[in-house]
Amino acid sequence: MINGLKRVFSPSNRSLIRELVISDFKLRYQGSVLGYLWSLLRPLFLFGVLYVVFTHVIRLGDDIPHYPAYLLLGLVLWQFFTESTMAGMNAITGRGDLVRKVSIPKYTIVLSTTVSAFVTFCLNMIVVFVFIFFTHVAIRPEMLLAIPLIGELIILCLGVSFLLAALFVRFRDFGHIWEVILQVLFYATPIIYSFSIVPPTLAKIMSLNPLVQIFQDIRSVMITPAALTTKQVFDSQLGRILPALSVIVILALGAYYFHRRSKYFAEEL
Amino acid sequence: MRQDIALSVKNLHKDFLLPHDRNNSIKELVLHFNKPTYEKMHALKDINFEVKRGEFFGIVGRNGSGKSTLLKLIGGIYQPTKGSIEVSGTLTPFIELGIGFNPELTGRENVYLNGAILGLTRKQVKAKYKEIVAFAEIPKFMDQKLKNYSSGMQVRLAFSIAIQSHNDILLIDEVLAVGDAAFQRKCYNTFKEIKKSGRTVIFVTHDMGAIQDFCDRALMIEDSEVMMIGQPREVALRYEVSNAKAEANRAGSSARPENPVVKLNSMRFNGGAKNSRNVSLKDTIAIDVDFTVREATAVQVNLFLVTPDGRYLAGINTTKDLKKYTPEPGKHTITCELPASQFAKGSYQVNAALYTYSELNSIEMPELIDILDTTYGANTPQFKIMEDGPNTSGEFNMRGAWSNE
Repeated sequence: MINGLKRVFSPSNRSLIRELVISDFKLRYQGSVLGYLWSLLRPLFLFGVLYVVFTHVIRLGDDIPHYPAYLLLGLVLWQFFTESTMAGMNAITGRGDLVRKVSIPKYTIVLSTTVSAFVTFCLNMIVVFVFIFFTHVAIRPEMLLAIPLIGELIILCLGVSFLLAALFVRFRDFGHIWEVILQVLFYATPIIYSFSIVPPTLAKIMSLNPLVQIFQDIRSVMITPAALTTKQVFDSQLGRILPALSVIVILALGAYYFHRRSKYFAEEL
Repeated sequence: MRQDIALSVKNLHKDFLLPHDRNNSIKELVLHFNKPTYEKMHALKDINFEVKRGEFFGIVGRNGSGKSTLLKLIGGIYQPTKGSIEVSGTLTPFIELGIGFNPELTGRENVYLNGAILGLTRKQVKAKYKEIVAFAEIPKFMDQKLKNYSSGMQVRLAFSIAIQSHNDILLIDEVLAVGDAAFQRKCYNTFKEIKKSGRTVIFVTHDMGAIQDFCDRALMIEDSEVMMIGQPREVALRYEVSNAKAEANRAGSSARPENPVVKLNSMRFNGGAKNSRNVSLKDTIAIDVDFTVREATAVQVNLFLVTPDGRYLAGINTTKDLKKYTPEPGKHTITCELPASQFAKGSYQVNAALYTYSELNSIEMPELIDILDTTYGANTPQFKIMEDGPNTSGEFNMRGAWSNE
């Protein structure tokens, strides 16, 4: 296990992932005047619109203290999930030139898309912190607990990315399927609405989705303990442990399937 | 695997399943579940060879013969259908130059990206950066986007990065197709250095000159099978014959008929039945070459000597004495006389090649039509230069005169 991780993050693999991420960013913002600023401006404008809609037009979060920061954090987390899984799905097919001509470890390509999305996520988090600061959310030491939870989210994104990347090489349908699933997940996860308005039975079913556990736990440590967590829904630590376990299972499954298929990517592309 | 073997390919097969209509969606998979709508294509059949450590090994073959598939299998990009490939040591995993090059990134950025793809760490690239730029001869352009580079500049940059990857085995596929003459010379010099440094190189090319200049051995692949493995000269000749045949087939009846206009029949010692002879220094070796001409055309016959183990030694062609030799249709015999005194001691095999040249191909670049060579089982004359007597010794028959004045 340790040796396996050592191999995955060997110096040459790390360099490769780094260069792939750097070139990805450079290409994304090349030719635009504001360049990297867009990675901050884009979410800022998007959140601005949603903020106006959900705090002044559709008032969904009246029962939650610091609802704007709560909403913003949820959206940032959600954006990380969609961005990394979409990019992960396209990782292998989009880098056909590498896969067909060079024998690099294929997982580095998927890892690089997740890292890319994570860098964007970190930039977005700066915006979140600015919001937190200006809306007088209490700064608490518990906020640090968000770090392992974000780690859990990364593992989930990686697992889904591996699975989708390998499936997408064989079946291009997954491009559409995943878009639909993302739409469903967006509403099945309490992102724009408060989790406490969901009826208890439905809340239990929804809590099986690890995204719900991750999002609500991060919000409860970072924004307000009023955020309903899956632990509270089940009234037991199991409400937290089970989704966390399912994340590990998803990664194991994704990595296994990816590993098994990766030998044939060069021929199937 | 033995210690001195760098690469061992055993019983290697590769099939491709070519779908008539690609099953790229689930619907198609479900609909055609029981109907195999693909056909099997044998890209490689039973390939066996070994490459020794430090060897410069060439792979030649016409387009579609399977040589690129073979290289991809060795490089670990494809998986063998059957058989095994054993590699001892690290292998440079690229088969093309400039993989991952992005036209929108600058030269510098591309160096780091391509370097990482070739398995170099950022630190290593940084350390070698100056060397790479100097070798590519484009220091002024490094902060320009790659799309502003000429294709020659791109290849130079790509080549400069590629040679920095210090693995035991290098796979090189058709790299010298682009680039000006001066840079090609530089590449060749680099190859010589690589060869000297004792690294193993597997080199796929169409350039028979390069094969003969660098390779210790070469493999020719034709129709998915190993046609021959041998001395670069033999392989190069055989490749050219195969190419000439294919070209004749392709050109159709008008340009080049099925039966060549000229054909080599046989060769032998003038006035003798036996095909091997011991000759002494005073003798003159006369070789008869029989050939048939169907249509009058300018021909050139090239007689060449090889050692018994197939190394090319020297050749002499008819243009020297017969100029633009244009024989009438019919059977012909021409004779070449070789004074034995010019040869060092040892055995020689005499082979012949037949060329034509029309207005299209000049007298300097005649077209190879036919070849009589022991490698293809032709029965060609062989002679052995005998010792001159008890008064000389050594590798060659030494000539000289003593005097006591």
